[in-house]
Amino acid sequence: MNSQNSTAGTDLPSARRNWLQRMGSAALAPALASSTLANAASGPEAAKGGPRVNYFPNPVLTTQDGKKLRFYDDVVRGRTVVFNMMYSVCTGICPSNTVNLMEVQEALGDRLGKDVFMYSLTLQPEFDSPEALKDYVKRYSIKPGWTFLTGQPKDIEAIRRKLGFYNTDATIDADLTSHTGMVRIGNEGLDRWLMMPALSSPRQIARAILQL
Amino acid sequence: MSVNLTKITRRQSLQIGAATTVAVLLTVKETTTLAQAEALPLAPATTPFMEPLPVIVPKAEAIGGLFPAPIQNANVAGGECGRLPHQRWNDFLPQKFYTLKVRETMHSYHPELPTQKAWGYDGLLPGPTFVARYGVPIVVRISNELPANSIGFGSPEISTHLHNLHNGSEGDGFADDYYSPTKFGATLTGPGAFKDHLYANVYAGYDDPRYRATKGDPREALGTLWYHDHRVDFTSSNVYRGLSGFYLLFDEIDSGNELDTNPKALRLPSGVGKYDIPLNFQDKQFDASGYLYFDPLDAKGMLGDKFCVNGKIQPFFKVERRKYRFRMLDGSTARFFEFYLTDSKGVNQSFTYIANDGNLLPEPLTTSKVYLGVAERGDIVIDFAKYPIGTKLYIVNRLIQIDSRGPEGESANKRGPDGLLLAPGTQILRFDVDSEPAMPDMSQVPAKLRALPPINLTEVVKTRTFKFNKTSGVWAVNGLLYDVNVATATPKRGTAEIWIFQGSGNWHHPIHVHFEEGRILSRNGYPPPVHEMGRKDVYVLAPGDEVKVFIRFRDFSGKYMMHCHNQTHEDHAMMIRYDIID
Repeated sequence: MNSQNSTAGTDLPSARRNWLQRMGSAALAPALASSTLANAASGPEAAKGGPRVNYFPNPVLTTQDGKKLRFYDDVVRGRTVVFNMMYSVCTGICPSNTVNLMEVQEALGDRLGKDVFMYSLTLQPEFDSPEALKDYVKRYSIKPGWTFLTGQPKDIEAIRRKLGFYNTDATIDADLTSHTGMVRIGNEGLDRWLMMPALSSPRQIARAILQL
Repeated sequence: MSVNLTKITRRQSLQIGAATTVAVLLTVKETTTLAQAEALPLAPATTPFMEPLPVIVPKAEAIGGLFPAPIQNANVAGGECGRLPHQRWNDFLPQKFYTLKVRETMHSYHPELPTQKAWGYDGLLPGPTFVARYGVPIVVRISNELPANSIGFGSPEISTHLHNLHNGSEGDGFADDYYSPTKFGATLTGPGAFKDHLYANVYAGYDDPRYRATKGDPREALGTLWYHDHRVDFTSSNVYRGLSGFYLLFDEIDSGNELDTNPKALRLPSGVGKYDIPLNFQDKQFDASGYLYFDPLDAKGMLGDKFCVNGKIQPFFKVERRKYRFRMLDGSTARFFEFYLTDSKGVNQSFTYIANDGNLLPEPLTTSKVYLGVAERGDIVIDFAKYPIGTKLYIVNRLIQIDSRGPEGESANKRGPDGLLLAPGTQILRFDVDSEPAMPDMSQVPAKLRALPPINLTEVVKTRTFKFNKTSGVWAVNGLLYDVNVATATPKRGTAEIWIFQGSGNWHHPIHVHFEEGRILSRNGYPPPVHEMGRKDVYVLAPGDEVKVFIRFRDFSGKYMMHCHNQTHEDHAMMIRYDIID
């Protein structure tokens, strides 16, 4: 199986294409394995739920396009997922995170939207309406395939904690910026999860995702 | 507070956002109970001291050697992952050959808990004990036979770090040197079913002409090493799932023979698995059904409420009335220990402390406690001849730790008005003084053990400061994130440096430097406690601590790591790559 060309795509800048190629032919094997899994999860078997069916809440969230998604059923189940926390008016670390994650998005190539899914959850669902998130997407010219989510504050709060974006110190936890620094990466079908800084090098984040 | 999400324009959201730039989470008051709700599961009770301590016998050589035979360059065609060539292959041609197969296995932590799946080196928890000798290079072929589609915590790619061998970087177990038959880390060039590690078993100072006769400085000998998985992002869960073991090194001084007639030989209690016993202490958490519990979605790191020694919860060990050497390791994710030896009434017993971080001290210490941060080691000698047959003694942990930030400070040995200990601690291991020795105990603990190499500050060419802190929920070193492709420090081979480690916040950080042992020059401006005056590879930082270390970089080059050994911190990038350059 020659995966190098298909992994690298044809429209990537050459430097990025080179490092993707260096990742070698093995990169596609996990891709196939997890896409098989993703397909299985969306078939009739899906009703059973994956390893985290009883762990994650399953509330309805809204995308920047106004689309309604159930958190477990539609966002997480059986997929390789990438989450970060943001809010649209965040001026601290968020803009750099977003720019960095845009590079990750590009590096994921055609895996994105197939078996790998990127999500940003707002930490200020009270203010971040779907329209506000849509504005954010436009402001940064974020390409399709990366979904921004808002919802009921209590639901977002529960999801945030379940994803591990919290601090045991209540004072620190109350500071939104204490949750914006990391990305949560997981493969729900294999129940395999890791966390890394959102400002890690894009190739390092992309590799962590693609090798999951 | 309720806001209609759909009616907010971007302008409004900016305005409201501006008013809340202190960024206080509005919902926090309603949900503070959630933190408590995420308490650890309640595991079934387990009766202590039901099973004997597993004593791991030395690993046997591969019968007939390895096939295909090990070679200097990666044998990619033969199924090896794409590693860099072994450094100094011709200087350290391997004389012994071993296999080590990383497998899923069935393991019982306790007879009252279900036998369950685990990961083990050769299917064992802990892995087999390697008994190696200075001057005898070996190759260990480490195969990854873990199931690729394993479900649950951990990730079935491996990179095996030998902590803290003085060795070529390609065999060190760098975090991104992970491999499986289909996957590989950023610092390898291809996947593989196995990787050959050449362990040179050479003293630091090999290239120094002053030590030509001894092939390095014998004062740099390492004794108690341990190997464990180091797969980037998954170290804590892979180790927790079972991937750790011991590697012991001997030479003519610490010869492993208590009957040795060589006058240089110390004749410490000897016989690995008989009178020389490695003890891997690990806390573990189990779920309500009795299965090992680890939450990979929990970023704060976790403690367990049960204590394993060599893979068994609270075992017992039958001993003869003679001296034993115990090599104690804190193999936990985040737990620190302060061990005491007590009798059944909780009265402290004294013993002899001979090595810290696996390295013999210049002189033995008489003490009643061993304090270990994560990954630290302490070798002790207990003389059971002092006790009549039938005596029961206990290794007790008296350190109180309620979360993964670190221990709660001085709590041990505080007594109430009645004279009783306020915190009597947890009995983790029981010794049953069971029989007379079959032969007279000829072992000894001499007044002098191994001399320390001199600290020569004129060798220092550079001082570097590393501050361990957290910003925006991200662990960092000097504010920098771990980048596999960027060496944060590049010490020159054959030089010495001073590394200053600074803690901050309210976390403890056990800092580990791969490759060569260092010496603590000062701890918060003062000389370190006597057990820390020897050679070390883990430097525990309490909050706000500053530890100044003298460290050399000799004989090998390439990429190594320095990181916090709280494995959750390490998995969250509290780590640097450093390269030894020519």
